[in-house]
Amino acid sequence: MPIITYRQALNDTLGEELARDPNVLLMGEEIGVFQGSYRITEGLLQEFGPKRVVDTPIAEEGFVGVAIGAAMLGLRPVVEIMTINFILVAIDQVVNHASKIHYMFGGQVRVPLVIRTPSGGTGQLAATHSQSFENWFAYCPGLKVVAPATPYDARGLLRAAVRDDDPVIFIESLALYDTKGEVPDDNDYVVPIGIADVKRRGEDVTVVAYSRMTAIALQVAQRLENEGISVEVVDLRSLRPLDRPTIIESVKKTGRAVVIAEDWYSYGVTAEIAATIQEQAFDYLDAPVLRVAGLEAPLPYAKELSAVSKPNANSLIYAIHQVLAGTSRGAQWAK
Amino acid sequence: MVKVKEAAPSGLEHENVEDLKHYYYQMLLIRRFEERTSEMYVKAKIGGYCHLNLGEEATIVGLMAALKPEDYIYTNYREHGYIIARGVPPGPVMAELFGKETGVARGRGGSMHLFSREHNFMGGYAIVGGQVPLAVGAAYALRYQGKPGVVVAQMGDGTTNIGAFYESLNLAKLWRCPVLFFIVNNGYGMGTSIEMGSSEPDLWKKGASFRIHGERIDGTDVLAVRNAVRRLRERAESEGEPAILDVVSFRFRGHSVIDADRYRDPEKVRAAREQHDPVRNFATLLLDHEIVDGAWLNATAERVEREVQEAIDFANASPDPRFEDLYENMYATPVPNTPGREDALRAVRINRGEW
Repeated sequence: MPIITYRQALNDTLGEELARDPNVLLMGEEIGVFQGSYRITEGLLQEFGPKRVVDTPIAEEGFVGVAIGAAMLGLRPVVEIMTINFILVAIDQVVNHASKIHYMFGGQVRVPLVIRTPSGGTGQLAATHSQSFENWFAYCPGLKVVAPATPYDARGLLRAAVRDDDPVIFIESLALYDTKGEVPDDNDYVVPIGIADVKRRGEDVTVVAYSRMTAIALQVAQRLENEGISVEVVDLRSLRPLDRPTIIESVKKTGRAVVIAEDWYSYGVTAEIAATIQEQAFDYLDAPVLRVAGLEAPLPYAKELSAVSKPNANSLIYAIHQVLAGTSRGAQWAK
Repeated sequence: MVKVKEAAPSGLEHENVEDLKHYYYQMLLIRRFEERTSEMYVKAKIGGYCHLNLGEEATIVGLMAALKPEDYIYTNYREHGYIIARGVPPGPVMAELFGKETGVARGRGGSMHLFSREHNFMGGYAIVGGQVPLAVGAAYALRYQGKPGVVVAQMGDGTTNIGAFYESLNLAKLWRCPVLFFIVNNGYGMGTSIEMGSSEPDLWKKGASFRIHGERIDGTDVLAVRNAVRRLRERAESEGEPAILDVVSFRFRGHSVIDADRYRDPEKVRAAREQHDPVRNFATLLLDHEIVDGAWLNATAERVEREVQEAIDFANASPDPRFEDLYENMYATPVPNTPGREDALRAVRINRGEW
């Protein structure tokens, strides 16, 4: 199987979907002439022209709304938001409109829309450019939220998202764009939305993760294997719908769980997963469920301070050891 | 009512008599539908927020008379009259207000979220300004697909102060979208007057920095509204040229059914209702031109009364949405790991204390 980057997987898939369906179009800031802020859309304007690859002004609320309205009439817009931080000015359109139009109007019209955007942050982008807001959208019935961790899943989920008849928020990560993985040439495989994936089998503890944190969890699992600890990694892939059965099945087997996500600790994705585990697998647990998440401060700019504010391999390994010891001393927010 | 520069009444000599009679019938239908809606609200048949089109009948009927079947309409939450004038029977509209399964949104939307795909009536929207980018998007799709038609983005005067309005103007002009920004200017955004809310009270000028043509018309003159929309609609369709119509009328009552209207001088309201009643003024016009007589007006009133009563009877007799359908239409196609009928029934039983 060919090995390509996450970026290449996205770029290939966008090109294929543009070629497959004339109603698919891309919209976003700097995606055409500039070739994409992170080069995800590189070459697509040249190949498909300005009707299919639309450079927008800096007006997220406006062009996200335009994309929703166009989707209501049968187009299939794939919108790029440069980073998830900028979607806040368009959140009315996403939450009050895209997520509700199909249901609230009695099922008379569909909104086949994809919003792609990188979430989280590395590289000293500071407080306003490093946030994770996928939980805001995962909170909202009517939306679908996916967050692939590998090039294989990026391609399969993006294909599924573009072909889906509902609004899909497609979460990417700047730190994953250059990661590599095997992706089959098969032009038609899709990764179904709403299904998690056990990325690594293990016996001693379940780590639940998604997006960049899945990559970290897999590295940690590899490292801990040398210490004789067998880690199972459940990659959520979809945050809404959430594949609770796969999480619960894994925890019932291992009896221990650590949940890791890049967003802030309080009210974050990890809270939802931990709550699900205690509700549905309480009798199987041999230790408290621990959560590893972002430290709760506006992300500082300074290099070292910035780096230590995000969850990483160290924090995950620490939490796994605590869970294996059966204690909750690893709780990040003890107060 | 805000002053309209050229408020000369439209001539009737070139008008089709049947059209004129139909406009009057539609205006009266809206008038009585809304008055009875208010009554049903007081009787608690209707819940939530409920905004009436009283005083705006000519604005609505004039707009709809100018539109073609291939056109699309996006409105705000004060939209009962629009969907009726677009051709949706009053029964399913009233049923929606009653929250019934037979309603135009199957009881899921209510007064502020009426919808009919069949009539290209693309929804009432209750977040101020939310519908404006959507309408531009629909127009964008028409242009993309090379289809005929235009899209109307209806909104209130207060909407012209929100950011989404300006982003929409810019994108509509930039991308040459066939869209009409149709501002129902009744002088108040809830209780805030235009003068309190807008540094430019001449709303039709607000497209100037986007190079969008704008004009102000008398929204109580059904023919003036129709003629202006026809003209601008044609330009939007053939040239991709968006336009702003600042349509001035007078809101007969408070913002919503439950608004006591304390911020307006009752004497002025009474006087304005006398002077600017579009239904009565149009009746007088038709009588003066001997297009109709008193007997026809009486017969039309009886017909309207009967139709609105039938709508109420239909709504009353209609079934409520079923509990097990709570999650229906959450998504357009089946999705794994989402709740279904059994989950709905189980949760509803518990919430109703039936365990």
